[in-house]
Amino acid sequence: MAPLLQVEGVAKSFRGLRAVSDVSFAVEAKEIFGIIGPNGAGKTTLFNMIAGAFRPDRGQVQFDGRDITGFRPDKVCDAGIGRTFQIVQPFAELTVLENVTVGALHAHREVAAARLAAADCLDLLELGHRRHMHASNLTLPDRKRLEVARALATGPKLILLDEVMAGLRPTETDRMVVILQRLRAEAGLTIVLIEHVMRAVMALSDRVMVLHHGEKIAEGKPEAVVRDPAVLTSYLGGAAV
Amino acid sequence: MSLYTRLLGDLTGRGLAALAGFVVLLVALPSLVSSYIATVATIVLYLAFLGQAWNLMLGIAGLLSIGHALFVGIGAYASAYLFAIHGVPPLLGVLAGVAIAVAAGALIGYLGFRFAIGGVYFALLTIAFAEFTRIMVDHAKFLGGTEGLFLPVSAASRHGFDLLNLRGSPEMFYYLILALALAALALCRWLLTGRTGYYWRAIRDNPAAAQALGVDVFRYRMYAAMISAGMAAVGGVFYAFFYNNLFPEQVFGIERSIELTLAPIVGGVGTLFGPIFGAFVLTPLGELFTAGVEWLQTSGAIGRHVKVDGVKPLFWGIAVAAIVLLRPRGIWPWICDRLGLVKPPSERS
Repeated sequence: MAPLLQVEGVAKSFRGLRAVSDVSFAVEAKEIFGIIGPNGAGKTTLFNMIAGAFRPDRGQVQFDGRDITGFRPDKVCDAGIGRTFQIVQPFAELTVLENVTVGALHAHREVAAARLAAADCLDLLELGHRRHMHASNLTLPDRKRLEVARALATGPKLILLDEVMAGLRPTETDRMVVILQRLRAEAGLTIVLIEHVMRAVMALSDRVMVLHHGEKIAEGKPEAVVRDPAVLTSYLGGAAV
Repeated sequence: MSLYTRLLGDLTGRGLAALAGFVVLLVALPSLVSSYIATVATIVLYLAFLGQAWNLMLGIAGLLSIGHALFVGIGAYASAYLFAIHGVPPLLGVLAGVAIAVAAGALIGYLGFRFAIGGVYFALLTIAFAEFTRIMVDHAKFLGGTEGLFLPVSAASRHGFDLLNLRGSPEMFYYLILALALAALALCRWLLTGRTGYYWRAIRDNPAAAQALGVDVFRYRMYAAMISAGMAAVGGVFYAFFYNNLFPEQVFGIERSIELTLAPIVGGVGTLFGPIFGAFVLTPLGELFTAGVEWLQTSGAIGRHVKVDGVKPLFWGIAVAAIVLLRPRGIWPWICDRLGLVKPPSERS
């Protein structure tokens, strides 16, 4: 069977600076795929090309048997990809429930049904007790959860999570890991995540890809990748190895 | 959700009572006060109506227009031209006016949104369209040019009640604009509680995030511009038949565009009742201020040689500055909280 998401040789430069060069990878349905790499490695740029925020200079993005290269973000969402933003982007004047309802309206015709579905998503992310707060009053970890709840509410087949564990305490990280595993098991969700919290990456990912200076330097099982010499060099510097 | 819940579900018992009392008072007003006050109330309701239309764009969808007089003017000129020259009743003329205004709103919206002209630049675009329409009408002989376009008025028509041709007494115009203002409030409330409203508020707060959630940002911004323009054009038809004369400078001038933004700014941008409340505060205060200055002049405190034409804009300037400094979200949200008229989010269905 063809993979759910297939990225073929995508590249993106900003004013001559290569952010991502010729990165290819494929994600199977129901897989949890981790993307790691030092700051500035091009991870978020890669996400933005999949999610339609940037059009790749070269290469192709195939999703669910369709070419979605260069689709607008809302069309990528229609295709079945949900995303979160690394720098959280809440609707500040809306309540938490209303924030998620905007996402849920993608999957539900009626506002009332969308609100119920949104409330379920919030409960799942353990944000239910905050649902009537304004999003601008949430703490950063709660805003990260709100990002996930909102993307989830659109009813995606695949979700792109950009550093949703950042700022969470270790116990909270473990909770999030359990939640994401449940989503995969119960809703059949495919997850691609960018993450710096190695505890979460190691616990969640079926496979991990490592980016460095916009290039893919390793891919494989998490325990194998973290022992890869090229990966150690990129993280620790050549001299340390 | 029932229509009742959508329109009134967020009001507390006290809020419902206040709204009912307000509507009853407005319905009874012409028989309670002098005809001068009734005329001021007519203008208040007219500005409340236009404020509602403008607020839909800025307060709800986050698009700043300082050229809304364009849409008002289109409605006014289209219906007045059709009536005065071709005898088409305004009840049909309004359709033409709204159609042209919606097209103009769509054109400005298309240019602004397709080419990502945002914020202040979008505002400049709206001013530019209003200004060059003013200049075009200045030179349009069939619309009377700078000489103005006049509607036929007879003594009999000032006492009649001809809704089809909008010829009638001041009371008829009062009740007409009251009905329009309440209808606009209901329409905006209905839109706001539906998918469109959620999407508009999401786009206002964060267009990129809205788009990532599947919202067609361009399309919903176009809806906002077109609905707002159409509503403003309905207000324009009222304006034309209420005043019976139209001059390009008076109709399309930037003062008009700014004037109609004041009530929502003072009342509370982004709230539905704010524009109505703002109009009820601002217009009577402006009238009082003008009357006060005129009184000072007749009593000799200010010399006859001093021109006082600029008094009203001066008052508006002071009012807006005070609001921006003291209650940047407008007066209405503050009053609403104080009096407990609206349910907190946790009690809404």
